[in-house]
Amino acid sequence: MRTDQYQGHDYYLMDDLLTEEHKLIRDTARAWVKKEVSPIIEKAFEEGKFPRHLIKGIAEIGGFGPYIPTEYGGAGLDQISYGLIMQELERCDSGLRSTSSVQSSLVMYPIWKYGTEEQRQKFLPGLASGELVGCFGLTEPDHGSNPGGMTTNFKDMGDHYLLNGAKMWISNAPFADVAVVWAKDESGRIHGLIVERGMEGFSTPTMTGKWSLRASDTGELIFEDVKVPKENLMPGRSGLGAPLSCLDSARYGIAWGAIGAALDCYDIALRYAKERKQFDRPIAGFQLQQKKLAEMITEITKAQLFTHRLGQLRNEGRATSAQISMAKRNNVDMAINIAREARQILGGMGIINEYPIMRHMMNLESVITYEGTHDVHLLITGMDITGENAFK
Amino acid sequence: MNILVCISKAPDTTSKIAFTDGNTKFDENGVQFIVNPYDEWYALVRGIELKEANGGSVTTVTVGGADADPIIRKALAIGADKAVRIDTAEGDPGSVAAQIAAYAKDQDFDMILTGKETINYNGGVVGGMIAEHLDLPYISLATKLDMNGGVAEISREVQGGVEVVEVDGPFVLSAAKGMAEQRIPNMRGIMAARTKPLEVVPAADVASNTAINTYALPEEKGDCTYVDADNPAELVRLLNEEAKVL
Ligand SMILES: Cc1cc2nc3c(=O)[nH]c(=O)nc-3n(C[C@H](O)[C@H](O)[C@H](O)COP(=O)(O)OP(=O)(O)OC[C@H]3O[C@@H](n4cnc5c(N)ncnc54)[C@H](O)[C@@H]3O)c2cc1C
Repeated sequence: MRTDQYQGHDYYLMDDLLTEEHKLIRDTARAWVKKEVSPIIEKAFEEGKFPRHLIKGIAEIGGFGPYIPTEYGGAGLDQISYGLIMQELERCDSGLRSTSSVQSSLVMYPIWKYGTEEQRQKFLPGLASGELVGCFGLTEPDHGSNPGGMTTNFKDMGDHYLLNGAKMWISNAPFADVAVVWAKDESGRIHGLIVERGMEGFSTPTMTGKWSLRASDTGELIFEDVKVPKENLMPGRSGLGAPLSCLDSARYGIAWGAIGAALDCYDIALRYAKERKQFDRPIAGFQLQQKKLAEMITEITKAQLFTHRLGQLRNEGRATSAQISMAKRNNVDMAINIAREARQILGGMGIINEYPIMRHMMNLESVITYEGTHDVHLLITGMDITGENAFK
Repeated sequence: MNILVCISKAPDTTSKIAFTDGNTKFDENGVQFIVNPYDEWYALVRGIELKEANGGSVTTVTVGGADADPIIRKALAIGADKAVRIDTAEGDPGSVAAQIAAYAKDQDFDMILTGKETINYNGGVVGGMIAEHLDLPYISLATKLDMNGGVAEISREVQGGVEVVEVDGPFVLSAAKGMAEQRIPNMRGIMAARTKPLEVVPAADVASNTAINTYALPEEKGDCTYVDADNPAELVRLLNEEAKVL
């Protein structure tokens, strides 16, 4: 892969809305990515392996639970800082961002919000420093878009719970130390349990054959009569709303992350179009290429504006789930379209792994599917504005 | 060990360079400013490494207005202990050196480190001028700096080789590539930088001796012609007949 020449694009001077510390956090993440990840990411993708040695570095730039209070090892930052870190990670690779956002929003967030004080003390500092890696088990082989139909369940055995079932498509599963698992109790109500590696009957087979998100490890979680200590149940919230609130946090991060992927594709396409000559002039001089580039920066700028606003609303605790759905859906779709257009601008070079565009494009197929598919987010908006549930 | 590192503000290398006011002012609109890389990557990082190995403290000093605070915070996030900003608009190198010397003369610094130049005007003279003001030894373009007891062992690149210098007692040094490796701040550093002291001190009564009359952009680079590596005859022909340089 060629040297990472990425530079940000800020057509509407959005940086003026950031604090100096926001910019320092973003630029730090960007510098770390360029130094430590860009040189190795193509190889990791090709090999289909998450580069685990990066965990410590992700922790050091605040990539694990930046908004978690400092007393639990987090950085106590605001939501815009979290968004900016996600943007910079996904600018490099969606799989890198996935590892970070799963740990932050789907593991640390529920333990912080719904866990006991003992659970927070026990898990959060290690997750923040990267000593522990976590995963989030909601999806099952037969229940993806409809997680409420899950069959993973636990029984109260008096001094412990007995957990049975299987989760599928779980990011970080193959090497996670802890899993936040959503399962039904005997009355059919959903609760979150913290399952730890080493518990008898708990295994995490790796899923292979992905054409997307190859630099992130995905696996199954299998529970065969796993004895889970009672103190590992998160008592703060139950019902489907509990996992969905975690998804809100993660989807918010994805909305920022997708802007990063789009920016990278645009940045490369713009530079390439200015340098590449055909018919004796740079291809950037042709109207057809300008249309593509101009539309890309327009879409990116729109996404930057409304995602920043979403960040403000989240800082104030006012962002609704439906607003987050809209941003996740819009931005990922925007990014995938920009990746496709950018790839064409590079002509044949667009399909070579010397440039990251095709990798972004393939990655974004997962991103547009997980954390609620493109269709599902549309239905969420539809339900929000009409009051009619079109899911079933 | 008491180390002073001079930190200046420079436009990011990807900035678009433009001028205003009839080509007499650099147009800062839309320009991102960064810590001058020679100050940050080499002088500051080596200062921090020496402090980590030998104890003491690293202070940064910057001549500039409040607009320099973001780059000063970054230096603190990377690991400086405290920062001083001499509160006046940055003038020519002579005035900057005089300001820094006026501040440093009553302090007890074991060494004063600068980058070999700032990537705005690339003058590369501030370090030497500080040394002159303070009557200290000056070692320019240093690529290595080690402390051996109280003695500094310094390597500098000279034409065709390396010169190794020993300095006993306080000195001023300008750091070049090779002195240290870039350090990316971490979140802990960024958080700590919030509360590290940034002292704003009044400027000494110093004026610039030079003024900029006008700026001009360099001529655009001409087209690049690629010549096959197996065909040096063609290269010679082009240099001779087209470029007319042979
Ligand atoms: C790489 C990767 C990593 C993942 N990581 C995790 C993880 O860490 N944890 C986790 O729990 N899950 C994870 N997932 C799972 C992901 O969230 C699910 O794949 C997603 O929710 C979709 O579920 P499904 O694949 O079963 O598709 P399905 O739900 O079967 O959907 C198939 C198609 O039907 C459409 N559809 C479904 N319902 C409706 C409806 N009511 N109306 C209209 N259309 C509908 C969908 O939009 C989709 O196009 C991951 C997935 C991938 C690919």
